[in-house]
Amino acid sequence: MDTTPITTPRKSATFDDYSMSEIRRAAASGIYDIRGGGAKRKVPHFDDLLFLGASMSRYPLEGYREKCATDVWLGTRFAEKPIHLKIPVTIAGMSFGSLSAQAKESLGRGASKMGTSTTTGDGGMTEEERGHSSILVYQLLPSRYGMNPDDLRRADAIEIVIGQGAKPGGGGMLLGQKISKRVAEMRTLPEGIDQRSACRHPDWTGPDDLEIKIQELREIMDWQKPIYIKVGASRPYYDTALAVKSGADVIVLDGMQGGTAATQEVFIEHVGLPTLGAIRPAVQALQDLGMHRKVQLIVSGGIRSGADVAKALALGADAVSVGTAALAAIGDNDPALEEEYQRLGTTAGAYDDWHEGQCPAGINTQIPELAARLDPELGGRRLANYLSVLTLETQTIARACGKSHVHNLEPEDLVALTVEAAAMAQVPLAGTKWIPGLNTE
Amino acid sequence: MCGIVGLFLKDSALEPDLGRMTARMLATMTDRGPDSAGFAVYGTGQAGQTKLTLRGPSVAGIENTVSKLKQTFPGTDAALYDTHAVVAVPTEDLARVDAWLGRECPDTEVVGRGHRMEIFKEVGLPKDVAARFRLATMHGTHAIGHTRMATESAVTTDGAHPYSTGGDQCLVHNGSLSNHNNVRRALCREGLTFETENDTEVAAGYLTWRMREGLSLGDALEVSLEDLDGFYTFVVGTENGFGVLRDGIACKPAIMAETNQYVAFGSEYRALADLPGIGLAKVWEPEPATVYFWER
Amino acid sequence: MPDIDLGVTPLRELNGALHKLPPETNERHWVIENPAGRHAIAAGLNAPLNVEINGPVGYYCAGMNKLATVNIHGSAGVGVAENMMSGFVHVSGDASQAAGATGHGGLLRIDGNASSRCGISMKGIDIVVQGSVGHMSAFMAQAGNLVVFGDAGDALGDSIYEAHLFVRGSVKSLGADCIKKDMSDEHKAALHDVLTRAGFNGEVDPSEFQRYGSARTLYNFNVDHAGEY
Repeated sequence: MDTTPITTPRKSATFDDYSMSEIRRAAASGIYDIRGGGAKRKVPHFDDLLFLGASMSRYPLEGYREKCATDVWLGTRFAEKPIHLKIPVTIAGMSFGSLSAQAKESLGRGASKMGTSTTTGDGGMTEEERGHSSILVYQLLPSRYGMNPDDLRRADAIEIVIGQGAKPGGGGMLLGQKISKRVAEMRTLPEGIDQRSACRHPDWTGPDDLEIKIQELREIMDWQKPIYIKVGASRPYYDTALAVKSGADVIVLDGMQGGTAATQEVFIEHVGLPTLGAIRPAVQALQDLGMHRKVQLIVSGGIRSGADVAKALALGADAVSVGTAALAAIGDNDPALEEEYQRLGTTAGAYDDWHEGQCPAGINTQIPELAARLDPELGGRRLANYLSVLTLETQTIARACGKSHVHNLEPEDLVALTVEAAAMAQVPLAGTKWIPGLNTE
Repeated sequence: MCGIVGLFLKDSALEPDLGRMTARMLATMTDRGPDSAGFAVYGTGQAGQTKLTLRGPSVAGIENTVSKLKQTFPGTDAALYDTHAVVAVPTEDLARVDAWLGRECPDTEVVGRGHRMEIFKEVGLPKDVAARFRLATMHGTHAIGHTRMATESAVTTDGAHPYSTGGDQCLVHNGSLSNHNNVRRALCREGLTFETENDTEVAAGYLTWRMREGLSLGDALEVSLEDLDGFYTFVVGTENGFGVLRDGIACKPAIMAETNQYVAFGSEYRALADLPGIGLAKVWEPEPATVYFWER
Repeated sequence: MPDIDLGVTPLRELNGALHKLPPETNERHWVIENPAGRHAIAAGLNAPLNVEINGPVGYYCAGMNKLATVNIHGSAGVGVAENMMSGFVHVSGDASQAAGATGHGGLLRIDGNASSRCGISMKGIDIVVQGSVGHMSAFMAQAGNLVVFGDAGDALGDSIYEAHLFVRGSVKSLGADCIKKDMSDEHKAALHDVLTRAGFNGEVDPSEFQRYGSARTLYNFNVDHAGEY
């Protein structure tokens, strides 16, 4: 009998379980994998940065009595009616269609309670959202689904979408399962079909023609409302400079961790920059043009806690936007629904097949029975709680760094734990004076 | 991203006004391109002479270069325009002058050469650039101009258009190429050199290379449709006229106007609005992926 | 009847004045001189006005028009009547790219040629072009009627949804999922209705037009049609 021991079976790091299962799925279906959410793999992020709290040379502010202000003005460059937010956190654009009406209402209620804004998505403005959001940003996307001048005029700001972090260069996607009667009517599409969306705007291409488009929008709104430009993190220095040159009042920069309702998995994981790598170049572009704090910068993609908010602000942003976190706050991927997630072939925290419209939390669905599970009042309260915690955490950190306004956080309040994060954020490696790429000390 | 203007005069009575008309067209395109501007004017040429447009690092610098040049090559005619100068040298001396300039005046660049062509470009608002070079006073048969909004490369004079592609030839571009880095590397292997990261410089180099390899400008533009990727409207100036090419998707704008007196090109109708007789002109948009030429 | 010279009055002032007019206004008839290719003239109108523009206009003239009638006596730049909701826009000259883009309603009539991407992403607008239209016209056209007396360029109706296309002349090529369709009496009647509303009282015969529309093979992904994407 042969007693030679066998070597331990070893799986390939390259052809790992995930890759192999995806190859089998592709072979069976003939279609790319579609899912929602943002980049899931680990990339350099805010966790790799740390704050330098008060010590011998810096003095902290006392809590409560010594104020740390959190308000933000957006759109001061050209608009007659800029937006004043009470907190530096907004709710990112998410469509009615990808989200249920109850989810949109929850977001509106929660944001309004905290004095901040929500944003429509690729499908237009619903009455519920305008009714429940005290500050509503109206997106202008390549598809122009539901776009109309009445909603333009009753919006508080317009956000021209060039792209988003999950898929810079991609258009909207909503599959037949979610094109309900109401969604179909809003988007002028037949019910139950797979929506194909344009990835370029229909009536302009390039910042020179965008400038003219912005002029038109200003004329239609009598120059009253701010105009934002949203880009996925790709060439943040040039994108920011061009957005300024095109006439933007506000720039929204979305990193690859930013979520989408649905797109190809390869798009999410392999196109676009991590949020951490995009902020400093964008801020540099604003500074080079003398526009920092004059054209405001909103950063999104992977904002989870007040620490993330504070770090984004310290790197130069004026505000941040949350999408994935906002949905989690109102119940997305809650372990309490684990049984249902298992039935869908997944587990709480991993569920991302939102395009199938089966969301047990009632958020990413158009099925009335599922959507009814989400109580918008409760959802609104939960979101408001979460936003409140984000703000308190940001203030805690800012006070510890001696700041009376969260905008006084600056890059020098930060150090990095890794060489990559130090290079991307352009702050020194902790305990050293070394910023890779900037100095040789 | 940019604005382009072009004017080709059929009526010689308008030739003294060429510069003034071009300057107005250029100024209208400021919104599309506030960063820098440039233009090429085709004026008179002398038989046996070649004009070089030189650009120095400063007004004093170019004056210095010109005075040294005139000392070394007596019989050189020179006209000074701010940081630029147009020197006319006997064509048989051209190689020696080129070599001398390269050796003695390393901070002076030859931005254009030809029998009739003069090229001027600088950082700044189009109307300021035009004023610095006294465009409004220039005469000629045709001119092309460009206003620049820098996209992926820096705002420097080197990034400004027109780029020369050869004797009496130059190129301006509105759009954004998407494979210019690979094309640049391939052209470097063919012996071309590049000063910037700019995509238009690559397109100009590509056309130069194709013509060096024996193609006419028209044929070079034709094959460029296959080799250059991205969105573009090209306007090329030649000794006798100008050419226009839009890529196959043709998203970037292009308007043409023609009367008995001229053929004009603009990125927007606004650039053409002040031309004489524009109300009765034939106005149209060039087809995608089609090479057009207007020449005497 | 206000007569505005855009060489004198700033555009913002003109548009502002037009926007302030309530729907029941009797200051309905406006004449605009000297447009000289300016952009966004009469954009965002929101009342049953009658606006005459004497000369060529730039981009987005009558953009997002609602209820108003806008007569452009000249040519129009990119995106004329883009996203129109209702009303009537009439261009006596040619129109540049993206004419009637994403329009939801109303009628756009172009007496000359329209350029590329005419009716791109249209969502219910009716567009009637006496001349020809350029390439990629009716791209992703969702609803409404595009009527072309002349020819259509490459890739007509690429990725079309439910819009109806009627072309009297030739079509250089059809886009993905766009096919020739039959012209029944019902379709002829519908076309006749659009033509009448555009101001053609019987001088154009609907039977001379060919109908084009969606083959509907891209409505739900099928791997066998992957090549169309």
